[in-house]
Amino acid sequence: MTERIPIVENIMNANDRLAQDNRERLDEAGVFSINLMASPGAGKTSLIEGTLTALRGKMRIGVIDGDVATSIDADRAAAAGATAVQINTGGQCHLDATQLRGALNELDLNQLDLLIVENVGNLICPAGFKIGMHKSVLIASVPEGDDKPYKYPGMYHGVEALVINKIDLLPYVTFDMDYFRRGVELLNQNLITFPISCTTGEGMDDWIKWLSDQVAKAGG
Amino acid sequence: MRCDGMNDAMHELPVTENILEIALRHASEAGASRVTDIHLVVGELSSIVDDSVQFYWDMISEGTIAAGAALHFTRLALTLHCLNCDHHYAPSGEDFACPQCSSERVEIEQGEEFYLESVEIERE
Repeated sequence: MTERIPIVENIMNANDRLAQDNRERLDEAGVFSINLMASPGAGKTSLIEGTLTALRGKMRIGVIDGDVATSIDADRAAAAGATAVQINTGGQCHLDATQLRGALNELDLNQLDLLIVENVGNLICPAGFKIGMHKSVLIASVPEGDDKPYKYPGMYHGVEALVINKIDLLPYVTFDMDYFRRGVELLNQNLITFPISCTTGEGMDDWIKWLSDQVAKAGG
Repeated sequence: MRCDGMNDAMHELPVTENILEIALRHASEAGASRVTDIHLVVGELSSIVDDSVQFYWDMISEGTIAAGAALHFTRLALTLHCLNCDHHYAPSGEDFACPQCSSERVEIEQGEEFYLESVEIERE
């Protein structure tokens, strides 16, 4: 004779609780944080380098980099002026809250104003794992095509800021900007969009201003 | 675990481990001697593959009181809510805009769930 016991517990509960802990640690230290996600090659590290260069001397920035292997990206961030920590996932295709907690332990959060987490290059998996950062930022790049928000609704939902990178390539590839933006805006009310070229620097000012405003609000 | 391609199980091992942990915890609290059935609710947008969860479940539940428990998956369809005219709908095709008023001010109402709804147990 079996008995049914109601549970209604989210499968990701344990991860989500840790993500909340991570957030609280950042809040206590007055650090504003972003979770930067994109396909490989969309420009996450380039955006970080451009951001570090623009804010050098004006803000204390930490970077946590997630990659399957190597410290290539953390090294680039450190060379550009950040306090950088590398997480090697050893095969896992996304960062999770446990790994973030470990990386936060390696940083003195009281010495930082802004924390940038560069997630593993992947358009699907990172969206399913909260890590506790304040804003989720997706980088889409023009050569990837304008239909991705329609094809990957799970990833594109829950994005708070969208960077459209490589706009210098618009004359050379087929990319309907309105069609693309509509796909992301449908899934994310109040989305902020930054068309940028990390190569030419176009559009970087608005991105830097937005980041600076968020940091000012967090740090007081 | 490795993500080698679009068709491979992405996270089914760690999520199956989570399912086992939650099920065993509640079964233990209830004084169960055996777990016979696990009822899961999965939204349409969740990238979880039922067969892969089943595959890992068979492996990791062995030796526990949940060994051999049947997994039941209830899929919830994607539904949206129009913030402009209050219409609730399941989108057809790739356009998520409101079919009633064409507004783009919409929110996802259902479709991202992933939870363990209940378990069935036996007590000795």
